[in-house]
Amino acid sequence: MAMYPVHYNRPVDLEEALRLFTERDDATYLSGGHTLLPTLKQRLAHPSDLIDLSVLAELRGIRLDDKIISIGTTTVHADVAASPIVRQWIPALSGLAGSIGDRHVRHRGTIGGSVANNDPAADYPSAVLGLGATVVTDRRRIAADAYFVSLFETALEQGEIITRIEFPIPDQAGYAKFRSPASRYAVAAVFVSKSGSKVRVAVTGAGAAGVFRAHAIEEALELDFRADAVALGQIDRAALLGDLNGTPEYRANLIAVLVRRALGHLGEARSYK
Amino acid sequence: MKHIDLKVNGVPISRDVDDETLLAVFLREHLGLTGTHVGCDTTQCGCCVVHLNGTSVKSCTVLAVQAEGGDVTTIEGLARDGVLHPVQEAFHQCHALQCGFCTPGMIMAAVDLIETHPEPLTEAIVREEMEGNLCRCTGYHNIVKAILSAAQVMKPAKTASE
Repeated sequence: MAMYPVHYNRPVDLEEALRLFTERDDATYLSGGHTLLPTLKQRLAHPSDLIDLSVLAELRGIRLDDKIISIGTTTVHADVAASPIVRQWIPALSGLAGSIGDRHVRHRGTIGGSVANNDPAADYPSAVLGLGATVVTDRRRIAADAYFVSLFETALEQGEIITRIEFPIPDQAGYAKFRSPASRYAVAAVFVSKSGSKVRVAVTGAGAAGVFRAHAIEEALELDFRADAVALGQIDRAALLGDLNGTPEYRANLIAVLVRRALGHLGEARSYK
Repeated sequence: MKHIDLKVNGVPISRDVDDETLLAVFLREHLGLTGTHVGCDTTQCGCCVVHLNGTSVKSCTVLAVQAEGGDVTTIEGLARDGVLHPVQEAFHQCHALQCGFCTPGMIMAAVDLIETHPEPLTEAIVREEMEGNLCRCTGYHNIVKAILSAAQVMKPAKTASE
Protein backbone atom coordinates (compact mmCIF):
# COMPACT_ATOMS: atom_id res chain seq x y z
CA MET A 1 0.00 0.00 0.00
CA ALA A 2 1.35 3.37 -0.92
CA MET A 3 0.93 6.42 1.22
CA TYR A 4 0.32 9.86 -0.18
CA PRO A 5 3.52 11.90 -0.23
CA VAL A 6 4.19 13.46 3.15
CA HIS A 7 6.95 15.59 4.64
CA TYR A 8 8.67 13.94 7.63
CA ASN A 9 10.06 16.19 10.37
CA ARG A 10 12.44 15.25 13.16
CA PRO A 11 12.25 18.02 15.79
CA VAL A 12 15.14 18.53 18.22
CA ASP A 13 12.90 19.46 21.15
CA LEU A 14 9.30 20.01 22.22
CA GLU A 15 9.49 23.69 21.32
CA GLU A 16 10.47 22.90 17.74
CA ALA A 17 7.70 20.29 17.48
CA LEU A 18 5.11 22.90 18.53
CA ARG A 19 6.57 25.49 16.16
CA LEU A 20 6.54 23.08 13.21
CA PHE A 21 2.90 22.29 13.89
CA THR A 22 1.89 25.95 13.58
CA GLU A 23 4.13 26.62 10.58
CA ARG A 24 3.00 23.74 8.38
CA ASP A 25 -0.30 23.59 6.47
CA ASP A 26 -1.78 20.45 7.92
CA ALA A 27 0.69 18.72 10.22
CA THR A 28 0.08 15.79 12.50
CA TYR A 29 2.20 14.32 15.28
CA LEU A 30 3.73 10.88 14.89
CA SER A 31 4.51 8.81 17.98
CA GLY A 32 4.77 5.00 17.71
CA GLY A 33 2.88 5.21 14.41
CA HIS A 34 0.91 2.01 14.97
CA THR A 35 -2.42 3.70 14.34
CA LEU A 36 -1.28 6.65 12.24
CA LEU A 37 0.86 4.79 9.68
CA PRO A 38 -1.84 2.16 8.92
CA THR A 39 -4.32 5.04 8.56
CA LEU A 40 -2.02 6.81 6.12
CA LYS A 41 -1.39 3.59 4.19
CA GLN A 42 -5.16 3.19 3.74
CA ARG A 43 -5.23 6.79 2.52
CA LEU A 44 -7.79 7.68 5.16
CA ALA A 45 -5.80 10.79 6.06
CA HIS A 46 -3.62 13.12 4.04
CA PRO A 47 -1.52 15.36 6.29
CA SER A 48 1.13 17.59 4.72
CA ASP A 49 3.64 16.86 7.48
CA LEU A 50 4.50 14.30 10.12
CA ILE A 51 6.25 15.61 13.24
CA ASP A 52 8.00 12.69 14.90
CA LEU A 53 7.72 12.98 18.68
CA SER A 54 9.23 9.53 19.25
CA VAL A 55 12.73 10.97 18.72
CA LEU A 56 12.43 13.30 21.73
CA ALA A 57 14.17 11.64 24.69
CA GLU A 58 12.68 14.24 27.06
CA LEU A 59 9.21 12.75 26.48
CA ARG A 60 10.19 9.18 27.30
CA GLY A 61 10.64 7.28 30.56
CA ILE A 62 8.94 6.21 33.78
CA ARG A 63 9.52 7.72 37.20
CA LEU A 64 8.05 7.54 40.66
CA ASP A 65 7.32 10.92 42.27
CA ASP A 66 5.76 10.74 45.71
CA LYS A 67 2.83 8.31 45.23
CA ILE A 68 2.51 9.16 41.53
CA ILE A 69 3.88 7.19 38.61
CA SER A 70 4.71 9.55 35.78
CA ILE A 71 5.02 8.00 32.32
CA GLY A 72 6.45 10.00 29.45
CA THR A 73 4.28 10.19 26.35
CA THR A 74 6.57 8.28 23.96
CA THR A 75 7.21 5.40 26.37
CA VAL A 76 6.42 2.20 24.50
CA HIS A 77 4.00 -0.43 25.82
CA ALA A 78 6.78 -3.02 26.27
CA ASP A 79 8.64 -0.64 28.62
CA VAL A 80 5.54 0.02 30.73
CA ALA A 81 4.82 -3.73 30.90
CA ALA A 82 8.39 -4.51 32.01
CA SER A 83 8.95 -1.49 34.31
CA PRO A 84 9.92 -2.55 37.87
CA ILE A 85 8.29 0.66 39.16
CA VAL A 86 4.96 -0.04 37.47
CA ARG A 87 5.07 -3.73 38.38
CA GLN A 88 5.65 -2.89 42.03
CA TRP A 89 3.17 -0.05 42.51
CA ILE A 90 0.39 -0.59 39.92
CA PRO A 91 0.80 -4.17 38.67
CA ALA A 92 -2.56 -4.05 36.89
CA LEU A 93 -1.21 -1.23 34.69
CA SER A 94 1.81 -3.34 33.77
CA GLY A 95 -0.51 -6.22 32.86
CA LEU A 96 -2.68 -3.90 30.77
CA ALA A 97 0.33 -2.65 28.79
CA GLY A 98 1.35 -6.26 28.18
CA SER A 99 -2.13 -7.00 26.80
CA ILE A 100 -1.91 -4.52 23.92
CA GLY A 101 -1.51 -5.86 20.37
CA ASP A 102 1.42 -8.25 20.10
CA ARG A 103 5.09 -8.02 21.18
CA HIS A 104 6.23 -6.25 18.00
CA VAL A 105 3.41 -3.70 18.33
CA ARG A 106 4.35 -3.21 22.00
CA HIS A 107 7.92 -2.40 20.91
CA ARG A 108 6.68 0.61 18.91
CA GLY A 109 3.27 1.72 20.20
CA THR A 110 3.29 4.47 22.83
CA ILE A 111 1.11 5.44 25.78
CA GLY A 112 0.75 9.04 24.58
CA GLY A 113 -0.24 7.92 21.10
CA SER A 114 -2.92 5.64 22.50
CA VAL A 115 -4.31 8.25 24.88
CA ALA A 116 -4.25 11.02 22.24
CA ASN A 117 -5.99 8.80 19.68
CA ASN A 118 -8.67 7.61 22.16
CA ASP A 119 -9.71 4.58 20.17
CA PRO A 120 -12.94 3.33 21.81
CA ALA A 121 -11.48 -0.19 22.06
CA ALA A 122 -7.96 0.73 23.22
CA ASP A 123 -6.65 -0.49 26.59
CA TYR A 124 -4.94 2.61 28.01
CA PRO A 125 -7.98 4.93 28.24
CA SER A 126 -9.50 2.55 30.82
CA ALA A 127 -6.41 2.83 33.04
CA VAL A 128 -6.26 6.62 32.70
CA LEU A 129 -9.93 6.95 33.65
CA GLY A 130 -9.98 4.02 36.10
CA LEU A 131 -7.05 5.42 38.08
CA GLY A 132 -8.14 9.06 37.87
CA ALA A 133 -4.87 9.94 36.13
CA THR A 134 -3.83 13.38 34.95
CA VAL A 135 -2.97 14.02 31.31
CA VAL A 136 -0.14 16.55 31.29
CA THR A 137 0.38 18.54 28.08
CA ASP A 138 2.72 21.24 26.83
CA ARG A 139 0.28 23.83 28.18
CA ARG A 140 -1.87 22.42 31.02
CA ARG A 141 -2.97 19.53 33.20
CA ILE A 142 -6.20 17.72 32.32
CA ALA A 143 -8.02 15.43 34.76
CA ALA A 144 -9.03 12.09 33.23
CA ASP A 145 -12.72 12.83 33.90
CA ALA A 146 -12.49 15.93 31.66
CA TYR A 147 -10.19 14.44 29.04
CA PHE A 148 -12.14 11.75 27.16
CA VAL A 149 -14.90 13.35 25.07
CA SER A 150 -16.19 10.77 22.58
CA LEU A 151 -15.01 8.30 19.92
CA PHE A 152 -11.48 9.37 18.91
CA GLU A 153 -12.23 12.74 20.51
CA THR A 154 -10.45 14.27 23.50
CA ALA A 155 -10.08 17.61 25.27
CA LEU A 156 -6.80 18.23 23.41
CA GLU A 157 -6.67 21.43 21.39
CA GLN A 158 -5.16 21.77 17.91
CA GLY A 159 -1.42 21.21 18.17
CA GLU A 160 -1.45 20.37 21.89
CA ILE A 161 1.06 17.66 22.84
CA ILE A 162 0.69 15.21 25.71
CA THR A 163 4.02 15.21 27.52
CA ARG A 164 3.27 12.64 30.22
CA ILE A 165 0.52 10.83 32.08
CA GLU A 166 0.52 10.90 35.88
CA PHE A 167 -1.05 7.89 37.58
CA PRO A 168 -1.77 8.19 41.30
CA ILE A 169 -0.96 4.91 43.07
CA PRO A 170 -4.21 3.31 44.30
CA ASP A 171 -4.62 0.99 47.29
CA GLN A 172 -5.73 -1.76 44.94
CA ALA A 173 -6.34 -2.15 41.20
CA GLY A 174 -7.30 -4.88 38.76
CA TYR A 175 -7.76 -5.20 35.00
CA ALA A 176 -9.75 -7.73 32.99
CA LYS A 177 -10.05 -7.81 29.22
CA PHE A 178 -12.05 -9.84 26.73
CA ARG A 179 -10.35 -9.29 23.44
CA SER A 180 -11.15 -9.85 19.82
CA PRO A 181 -8.85 -12.70 18.77
CA ALA A 182 -8.37 -11.07 15.36
CA SER A 183 -7.65 -7.44 16.26
CA ARG A 184 -6.61 -7.97 19.90
CA TYR A 185 -8.58 -4.85 20.77
CA ALA A 186 -11.05 -5.08 23.64
CA VAL A 187 -14.59 -6.29 22.95
CA ALA A 188 -14.86 -5.03 26.51
CA ALA A 189 -12.28 -4.43 29.22
CA VAL A 190 -12.60 -3.11 32.74
CA PHE A 191 -10.14 -1.29 34.99
CA VAL A 192 -11.10 -1.20 38.68
CA SER A 193 -9.27 0.75 41.39
CA LYS A 194 -9.83 1.52 45.05
CA SER A 195 -8.22 4.42 46.92
CA GLY A 196 -9.44 4.89 50.46
CA SER A 197 -13.23 4.58 50.27
CA LYS A 198 -13.38 5.69 46.61
CA VAL A 199 -13.82 3.15 43.83
CA ARG A 200 -13.39 3.80 40.11
CA VAL A 201 -14.57 1.42 37.41
CA ALA A 202 -13.68 2.35 33.83
CA VAL A 203 -14.92 0.38 30.83
CA THR A 204 -13.33 0.40 27.38
CA GLY A 205 -14.32 -1.39 24.18
CA ALA A 206 -18.00 -1.41 25.05
CA GLY A 207 -19.18 2.20 25.18
CA ALA A 208 -21.08 3.76 22.27
CA ALA A 209 -19.18 6.99 23.02
CA GLY A 210 -15.86 5.44 24.02
CA VAL A 211 -14.40 4.79 27.46
CA PHE A 212 -16.74 5.52 30.39
CA ARG A 213 -17.10 5.13 34.15
CA ALA A 214 -19.69 2.66 35.39
CA HIS A 215 -21.01 4.84 38.21
CA ALA A 216 -23.67 2.45 39.55
CA ILE A 217 -21.08 -0.34 39.86
CA GLU A 218 -18.69 2.09 41.58
CA GLU A 219 -21.38 2.97 44.15
CA ALA A 220 -22.17 -0.69 44.80
CA LEU A 221 -18.47 -1.50 45.24
CA GLU A 222 -17.94 1.44 47.58
CA LEU A 223 -20.49 -0.19 49.89
CA ASP A 224 -19.17 -3.70 49.42
CA PHE A 225 -15.87 -4.21 47.55
CA ARG A 226 -16.56 -7.78 46.49
CA ALA A 227 -17.53 -9.50 43.24
CA ASP A 228 -20.91 -10.40 44.77
CA ALA A 229 -21.85 -6.71 44.84
CA VAL A 230 -21.82 -6.51 41.03
CA ALA A 231 -25.16 -6.99 39.26
CA LEU A 232 -26.26 -6.80 35.65
CA GLY A 233 -28.91 -4.22 36.49
CA GLN A 234 -26.17 -1.70 37.34
CA ILE A 235 -25.20 -1.34 33.67
CA ASP A 236 -27.00 1.09 31.35
CA ARG A 237 -27.44 -0.77 28.05
CA ALA A 238 -28.46 2.36 26.17
CA ALA A 239 -24.87 3.62 26.44
CA LEU A 240 -23.33 0.45 25.03
CA LEU A 241 -21.97 -0.36 21.62
CA GLY A 242 -23.53 -2.90 19.27
CA ASP A 243 -21.33 -4.21 16.45
CA LEU A 244 -20.14 -7.47 14.90
CA ASN A 245 -18.42 -8.39 18.16
CA GLY A 246 -21.59 -8.25 20.20
CA THR A 247 -24.91 -6.60 20.97
CA PRO A 248 -25.35 -4.08 23.80
CA GLU A 249 -27.04 -6.85 25.84
CA TYR A 250 -24.07 -9.16 25.33
CA ARG A 251 -21.65 -6.43 26.31
CA ALA A 252 -23.66 -5.53 29.44
CA ASN A 253 -23.29 -9.09 30.67
CA LEU A 254 -19.63 -9.13 29.66
CA ILE A 255 -18.94 -5.96 31.66
CA ALA A 256 -20.43 -7.50 34.81
CA VAL A 257 -18.31 -10.64 34.28
CA LEU A 258 -15.17 -8.57 33.67
CA VAL A 259 -15.67 -6.41 36.78
CA ARG A 260 -15.87 -9.60 38.82
CA ARG A 261 -12.74 -10.95 37.10
CA ALA A 262 -10.86 -7.68 37.69
CA LEU A 263 -11.77 -7.93 41.38
CA GLY A 264 -10.41 -11.46 41.34
CA HIS A 265 -7.06 -10.27 39.95
CA LEU A 266 -6.35 -7.26 42.18
CA GLY A 267 -2.65 -6.59 42.53
CA GLU A 268 -1.69 -8.91 39.67
CA ALA A 269 0.33 -7.95 36.59
CA ARG A 270 -1.93 -10.10 34.48
CA SER A 271 -1.83 -9.83 30.69
CA TYR A 272 -4.61 -11.03 28.42
CA LYS A 273 -3.23 -12.84 25.38
CA MET B 1 13.19 13.21 -0.11
CA LYS B 2 15.51 12.61 2.84
CA HIS B 3 19.03 11.33 3.09
CA ILE B 4 19.42 8.51 5.60
CA ASP B 5 22.44 6.77 7.06
CA LEU B 6 21.97 3.51 8.90
CA LYS B 7 23.45 0.07 9.34
CA VAL B 8 21.74 -2.93 7.80
CA ASN B 9 23.12 -6.33 8.81
CA GLY B 10 26.24 -4.56 10.01
CA VAL B 11 26.89 -2.79 6.71
CA PRO B 12 26.78 1.03 6.63
CA ILE B 13 24.11 2.20 4.17
CA SER B 14 23.61 5.72 2.84
CA ARG B 15 20.59 6.42 0.63
CA ASP B 16 18.06 9.04 -0.44
CA VAL B 17 14.45 7.97 0.17
CA ASP B 18 11.02 9.52 -0.19
CA ASP B 19 9.74 10.46 3.28
CA GLU B 20 6.77 8.10 3.03
CA THR B 21 8.87 5.02 2.16
CA LEU B 22 8.16 2.18 4.54
CA LEU B 23 11.11 0.33 6.06
CA ALA B 24 9.90 -2.95 4.51
CA VAL B 25 9.83 -1.36 1.05
CA PHE B 26 13.24 0.24 1.61
CA LEU B 27 14.77 -3.12 2.54
CA ARG B 28 13.15 -5.03 -0.31
CA GLU B 29 13.11 -2.57 -3.19
CA HIS B 30 15.99 -0.22 -2.44
CA LEU B 31 18.46 -2.69 -0.94
CA GLY B 32 17.24 -5.88 -2.65
CA LEU B 33 16.89 -7.69 0.68
CA THR B 34 13.79 -9.62 -0.34
CA GLY B 35 13.99 -12.06 2.57
CA THR B 36 11.78 -9.65 4.51
CA HIS B 37 8.26 -10.39 3.25
CA VAL B 38 5.18 -8.21 3.18
CA GLY B 39 2.12 -10.33 3.88
CA CYS B 40 -0.91 -8.43 5.15
CA ASP B 41 0.62 -4.93 5.00
CA THR B 42 -1.68 -4.03 7.92
CA THR B 43 0.54 -4.71 10.98
CA GLN B 44 -1.04 -8.07 11.70
CA CYS B 45 0.75 -11.01 10.08
CA GLY B 46 4.35 -10.45 11.14
CA CYS B 47 5.96 -11.62 7.87
CA CYS B 48 7.86 -8.30 7.76
CA VAL B 49 9.42 -8.52 11.24
CA VAL B 50 13.01 -7.27 11.41
CA HIS B 51 15.10 -6.02 14.32
CA LEU B 52 15.49 -2.25 14.68
CA ASN B 53 18.00 -1.17 17.32
CA GLY B 54 17.78 -4.53 19.01
CA THR B 55 14.02 -5.08 19.15
CA SER B 56 11.57 -6.77 16.83
CA VAL B 57 9.35 -4.45 14.77
CA LYS B 58 6.86 -4.86 11.96
CA SER B 59 8.74 -3.11 9.16
CA CYS B 60 5.54 -2.43 7.18
CA THR B 61 4.62 0.00 9.98
CA VAL B 62 7.87 1.92 10.39
CA LEU B 63 9.11 4.61 8.03
CA ALA B 64 12.57 4.15 6.55
CA VAL B 65 13.44 7.68 7.71
CA GLN B 66 12.69 6.60 11.29
CA ALA B 67 15.57 4.12 11.03
CA GLU B 68 18.02 7.01 10.45
CA GLY B 69 21.14 6.43 12.53
CA GLY B 70 19.83 3.02 13.55
CA ASP B 71 20.82 -0.58 13.26
CA VAL B 72 18.62 -2.99 11.29
CA THR B 73 18.97 -6.77 11.17
CA THR B 74 17.04 -8.79 8.61
CA ILE B 75 16.84 -12.53 7.97
CA GLU B 76 19.82 -12.14 5.61
CA GLY B 77 21.94 -10.95 8.53
CA LEU B 78 21.49 -13.92 10.85
CA ALA B 79 23.81 -16.55 9.38
CA ARG B 80 27.53 -16.05 10.08
CA ASP B 81 30.23 -17.28 7.69
CA GLY B 82 27.86 -19.69 6.01
CA VAL B 83 26.69 -21.19 9.31
CA LEU B 84 22.97 -20.91 10.00
CA HIS B 85 21.79 -19.12 13.15
CA PRO B 86 20.56 -21.62 15.78
CA VAL B 87 16.94 -20.58 15.10
CA GLN B 88 17.37 -21.09 11.35
CA GLU B 89 19.01 -24.45 12.03
CA ALA B 90 16.16 -25.47 14.36
CA PHE B 91 13.52 -24.48 11.76
CA HIS B 92 15.39 -26.67 9.27
CA GLN B 93 15.75 -29.62 11.67
CA CYS B 94 12.13 -29.48 12.91
CA HIS B 95 10.70 -28.80 9.44
CA ALA B 96 9.04 -25.68 10.83
CA LEU B 97 7.76 -24.43 7.50
CA GLN B 98 5.41 -25.41 4.74
CA CYS B 99 5.15 -22.71 2.06
CA GLY B 100 7.83 -20.64 3.80
CA PHE B 101 6.25 -17.22 3.33
CA CYS B 102 5.94 -16.45 7.04
CA THR B 103 9.30 -18.03 7.90
CA PRO B 104 11.59 -14.96 7.83
CA GLY B 105 9.26 -13.06 10.17
CA MET B 106 8.80 -16.11 12.39
CA ILE B 107 12.56 -16.54 12.72
CA MET B 108 13.24 -12.84 13.43
CA ALA B 109 10.45 -12.85 16.03
CA ALA B 110 11.76 -16.06 17.58
CA VAL B 111 15.32 -14.72 17.87
CA ASP B 112 13.99 -11.62 19.68
CA LEU B 113 11.80 -13.75 21.94
CA ILE B 114 14.59 -16.16 22.93
CA GLU B 115 17.08 -13.35 23.50
CA THR B 116 14.83 -11.06 25.52
CA HIS B 117 12.15 -13.04 27.35
CA PRO B 118 12.92 -12.76 31.06
CA GLU B 119 11.62 -16.21 32.02
CA PRO B 120 12.47 -19.67 30.71
CA LEU B 121 10.41 -20.38 27.59
CA THR B 122 7.64 -22.95 27.71
CA GLU B 123 5.32 -24.07 24.94
CA ALA B 124 2.55 -21.88 26.39
CA ILE B 125 4.79 -18.80 26.50
CA VAL B 126 6.01 -19.36 22.94
CA ARG B 127 2.45 -19.72 21.62
CA GLU B 128 1.38 -16.52 23.43
CA GLU B 129 4.40 -14.44 22.51
CA MET B 130 4.38 -15.52 18.86
CA GLU B 131 0.78 -14.35 18.39
CA GLY B 132 1.97 -11.45 16.25
CA ASN B 133 3.16 -13.86 13.55
CA LEU B 134 0.62 -15.73 11.47
CA CYS B 135 1.24 -18.91 9.47
CA ARG B 136 -1.51 -19.42 6.93
CA CYS B 137 -0.44 -23.03 6.36
CA THR B 138 -1.26 -23.36 10.10
CA GLY B 139 2.05 -25.09 10.70
CA TYR B 140 2.38 -23.76 14.23
CA HIS B 141 3.20 -27.06 15.90
CA ASN B 142 6.63 -27.46 14.36
CA ILE B 143 7.35 -23.74 14.61
CA VAL B 144 6.83 -23.88 18.38
CA LYS B 145 8.94 -27.05 18.55
CA ALA B 146 11.75 -25.35 16.61
CA ILE B 147 11.73 -22.27 18.84
CA LEU B 148 11.93 -24.35 22.01
CA SER B 149 14.69 -26.41 20.46
CA ALA B 150 16.65 -23.28 19.45
CA ALA B 151 16.17 -21.84 22.94
CA GLN B 152 17.87 -24.94 24.37
CA VAL B 153 20.86 -24.25 22.15
CA MET B 154 20.99 -20.48 22.70
CA LYS B 155 20.14 -20.40 26.43
CA PRO B 156 20.34 -23.94 27.83
CA ALA B 157 19.88 -22.84 31.45
CA LYS B 158 16.88 -20.65 30.70
CA THR B 159 14.63 -23.21 29.00
CA ALA B 160 12.26 -25.01 31.30
CA SER B 161 11.93 -28.70 30.76
CA GLU B 162 8.30 -29.64 30.46
